[in-house]
Amino acid sequence: MTQLQTFRQAEPVIAAASPRRRVHGKGILPPAVLFAGILVVWEAISASLSPGRKYLLPSPQSVLMHGLLAHDAYSQILPSFLRTALLSLGGFLVAIVFGMLLAALMYRFRWFERAAFPYLVALQAVPVLAIAPLMAVVFGYSYTAKGLIVILIAFFPIPANFLLGLRSVDAGLVDLFRLHRSSWWTRFFKLALPNAVPQLLTGFRISAGLAVIGAIVGEEFFQAGVPGLGMRLLQYLDQVEYNRLYGALILSSLLGIGFYSFFTWLSRRLLQSWHESAAG
Amino acid sequence: MVHTIARRDLDEKEALAFSGVGLTYPDGTAALFGVELSVKRGEFVSVVGPSGCGKSTLLKLASGLVEPTEGVVSVDRNRLGYVFQDSTLLPWRKVKDNVGLLLELHKVPKAERDVRVQETLKLVGLEAFSDHHPRRLSGGMKMRVSLARSLTLDPSIFLFDEPFGALDEITRERLNEELISLFIDRGFAGVFVTHSIYEAVYLSTRVVVMSARPGRIVGEFEIPFSYPRGPEVRFSAEFAKIAGEVSKALRGEIA
Repeated sequence: MTQLQTFRQAEPVIAAASPRRRVHGKGILPPAVLFAGILVVWEAISASLSPGRKYLLPSPQSVLMHGLLAHDAYSQILPSFLRTALLSLGGFLVAIVFGMLLAALMYRFRWFERAAFPYLVALQAVPVLAIAPLMAVVFGYSYTAKGLIVILIAFFPIPANFLLGLRSVDAGLVDLFRLHRSSWWTRFFKLALPNAVPQLLTGFRISAGLAVIGAIVGEEFFQAGVPGLGMRLLQYLDQVEYNRLYGALILSSLLGIGFYSFFTWLSRRLLQSWHESAAG
Repeated sequence: MVHTIARRDLDEKEALAFSGVGLTYPDGTAALFGVELSVKRGEFVSVVGPSGCGKSTLLKLASGLVEPTEGVVSVDRNRLGYVFQDSTLLPWRKVKDNVGLLLELHKVPKAERDVRVQETLKLVGLEAFSDHHPRRLSGGMKMRVSLARSLTLDPSIFLFDEPFGALDEITRERLNEELISLFIDRGFAGVFVTHSIYEAVYLSTRVVVMSARPGRIVGEFEIPFSYPRGPEVRFSAEFAKIAGEVSKALRGEIA
């Protein structure tokens, strides 16, 4: 094939500036400064409490030393942490599988979407604590019951966001695929699915945070079996072990932050070459 | 009243034929009415008309994306190129994978696909950008990628739906010149929808003028300039005269 004469080299101007490079460490500095500020305020409040009420808010170093790093503290709290992490992860994964499947079915069959979507919304609206007692009766105070709480709380964002992503394909692209007589499966895998990845990842990020909440709520309600963080929180409250209580609270937050950070990182990695959301 | 005419086969040199084609939407709005149009290989036909006259619909009918409610459209759909108003690239695919998309949909083996993609990228002067994502390209370059994507199928009929409408004047003129080169090189039949009379006259062997809704063909102008046409054709007296006539036909309908 010959290079046509009037075809010059395409204009070398690149429209969008190349994605801004994040200076490493720069993104961590502002939250780190804020963290230090929070510690100072915490310390100040703690110091201002009268000796009789000081147990309500021990100082940061007291929480760290007695609540987390002391041998009998961490040997109890670390297994609980892992237990809760596994519970939320397990429920989250089940929510992903069924949520994506449900959204794909709703995308494929409009009538199914019309039939199922109201119930999905209703499921979202049911106060989980209200049906927890019922689940206790049906499933006992078991791992299954806790897992179901996690799934119930974490489920909705996945099918909702995934369906939105599948449906938001540019009409011109659909025409292009139809023009070349591609099958539904081809359109799904080469067009709708990749198009939905940004929204799906947003759904994952929201759902992962909810899964941690679900796990802790589930453990607080069903106080049976191997103790997770939720059970520890109540136990330390009863035992007036406030150092450990704050330790468990911090670990619960870290679990949520960990999930969230992982999916933020994953989004950036997968989307930075093509999607606006990951440009910053 | 237009009666449905039996499907007819295309002549040997014919690439697209509309016989008594009409389109009425279910709500009763008539979009197109009694369209007769034949485009042969080696012809480049531009369609101009007021906004909403059904120019784009004409291409949707030609491509088979929309079925006519009256009349018959004859076209070889296996070798049909279609460039839309937007570049309609898949943003998650690199330039080379966008160019290879149609070959992929037509199940051309990977090895052959790669060869044809490379050739086509070279043809449109984008080989240096084959690993870029569309986001990093300018509007003109995206349109080139879109053009290249259709070119990989070596179309015998090529439909253009205001492809350069959103580009700046300079890029637009340059792409017009490049399109003429492609047309000379490949000898496809072209149907080009545009708002711009100058673009239509400059590119085409024939310009078709459409009326406002319901769209019908109200004028046809043969363009006498031979190819290749240099940019200076645009400044000749004859060019101005023809453009004036087309404009008159168009305004007669808008008034």
